[in-house]
Amino acid sequence: MTIELQPEERTIDIRPTTVIESHPEGAAAAVPAEAVFELRKFSAWYGTFRAVRDMDLDIREKRITSIIGPSGTGKSTLLRAFNRMNDLIEGARVTGTVTYHGVDLYAPEVDPVEVRRRIGMVFQKPNPFPKSIYDNVAFGPRVAGLKGKSRLDDLVEESLRRAALWDEVKDKLGSLGTSLSGGQQQRLCIARAIAVSPDVILMDEPCSALDPVATLRIEELMWELKQNYTIVIVTHNMQQAARASDETVFLTMGEDRAGYLVEQGPTAQLFTNPQNRLTEDYVSGRFG
Amino acid sequence: MTAQDFAVRPSAVQEAVRRQISGRKLDIGALWFQALLLGSLVVALGILVSLLADVVNRGGAVIVERGPGFITANVSSNPALAGVGQGIFGSLMIIVFVVLLAFPVGIGAAIYLEEYAHDNTRTRLLNATVRNLAGVPAIVYGLLGLAVFVVALEGLTGGRSVIAGGVTIAVLVMPIVVITAAEALRAVPASIREAGFGVGATKWQVIRHHVLPYAAPGILTGSILTLSRAFGETAPLIMVGAVVGGFVNRPGQNLVDTLQGPYTALPTIIFNWARQPQEEFRHLTAAAIIILLAIILVLNALAIILRNRFERRW
Repeated sequence: MTIELQPEERTIDIRPTTVIESHPEGAAAAVPAEAVFELRKFSAWYGTFRAVRDMDLDIREKRITSIIGPSGTGKSTLLRAFNRMNDLIEGARVTGTVTYHGVDLYAPEVDPVEVRRRIGMVFQKPNPFPKSIYDNVAFGPRVAGLKGKSRLDDLVEESLRRAALWDEVKDKLGSLGTSLSGGQQQRLCIARAIAVSPDVILMDEPCSALDPVATLRIEELMWELKQNYTIVIVTHNMQQAARASDETVFLTMGEDRAGYLVEQGPTAQLFTNPQNRLTEDYVSGRFG
Repeated sequence: MTAQDFAVRPSAVQEAVRRQISGRKLDIGALWFQALLLGSLVVALGILVSLLADVVNRGGAVIVERGPGFITANVSSNPALAGVGQGIFGSLMIIVFVVLLAFPVGIGAAIYLEEYAHDNTRTRLLNATVRNLAGVPAIVYGLLGLAVFVVALEGLTGGRSVIAGGVTIAVLVMPIVVITAAEALRAVPASIREAGFGVGATKWQVIRHHVLPYAAPGILTGSILTLSRAFGETAPLIMVGAVVGGFVNRPGQNLVDTLQGPYTALPTIIFNWARQPQEEFRHLTAAAIIILLAIILVLNALAIILRNRFERRW
């Protein structure tokens, strides 16, 4: 499927007024979107070290939520708790609850493999498999059991189109994914993530290794993708959070070196009228 | 004063900078150290080259004179007829055991240690044990082979047989296989594993489709180097009874008899010939060493070519 956007909707402007105008659902804020993730008293630990402390947080459906804050405040840890990627790290554990559409993600009967299929991830450094562009995208559907060359071909094309990469790679699907430029690699990773039809896409500083032009392409892509997906993005770049997200979560570090949630809210509000002094200092550049 | 005058006359700052950065002096200490390092290299290589030259000098004539006949001929007490054919055959048989036993078990153990084992005291102890086993002198493995494979399991191995020798060498090189395979697996970056898990692959799918294929060139290179080590190993074979002369590979002899019968290996032949009193055997010894070195050189070259061909940058 293709998403036709009007040119004015594609324009990304950091002025908060424009951000609000481009969100018709902002007017219908009285009917909030359903929460995809609900965190209650959530803490994340590495051994005896608590990286994230006592968070209460809702992530809403089909919105772009950005997580901002200084280094070491547990942004990535929080993001990786949403698809149980932290399970892979020895000694990592969580306390409190994380629900996904009302289901406790950390209940013993939950299969982390199935969780990760529904909640895809794009990483800080583009990490395509050292295989062909085609195989990069087709790997997820294949392990999920999709068979048949024509169905896979269609899915690969659709995923690459949605990731705005198709036109650049359609003639060289057999070349190595690692041979693409950094920005193209990251879009390939996005295509790989959406090929398994996830419900949520987690992005961990997806543009930190990219130049401004490639960054803008990824941000435009996020705006198109949010029609169909819930997106959570960790970013160091406040301008990026301001121009490319609907909601913003601000974390900072406490005395105990654990990250905690200071403030969350609609992006425009958090940047123009922060309720907390720490948020204000951070977004105005006085700190961090 | 025109602008041109101003440009050619150095300013005070330019003068000061010139003084500060123009004080290049000869560093005698550094030169001495460099000479010392070069000297170490020359000594190390010099010893090796002179040994090689001596071997070629003694044995080259035999190789030239006898040609392929030396490689195919059997062990004989007549120096003019003796060759290394049985030794090469026996060494190849031992290699087969290494490939069939040490590779699968060693690579399997490496996959378990790297991918599945939790990082705890038990795993660290296992890793340390594997590393220590790789450092155990070969003669100790020879004693183990003698006690276990020759004596205790005589019914299976046929005593001092190529089975006992092959299994002993396989056990000897297994820790090296584990270590090199584990290193190759560790070289696959975590980001690739995360990418696989991120699209909903199971642990086995990530290992099967990504980690193993990407680590395969490294595992292969390490395995080939292990083979060349196995090819040259002598002491344990003497312990577990590789003989000279009794080895029979008659036409029509069945496989079990060959495997359970007496055998010899290339390094064992070298060891035995070196102890013969006749002058001719000294030349034969050197010629056999040339053959052994050539085989090991080919194996190592193959490993280097494979490594360069498949070297991967992440």
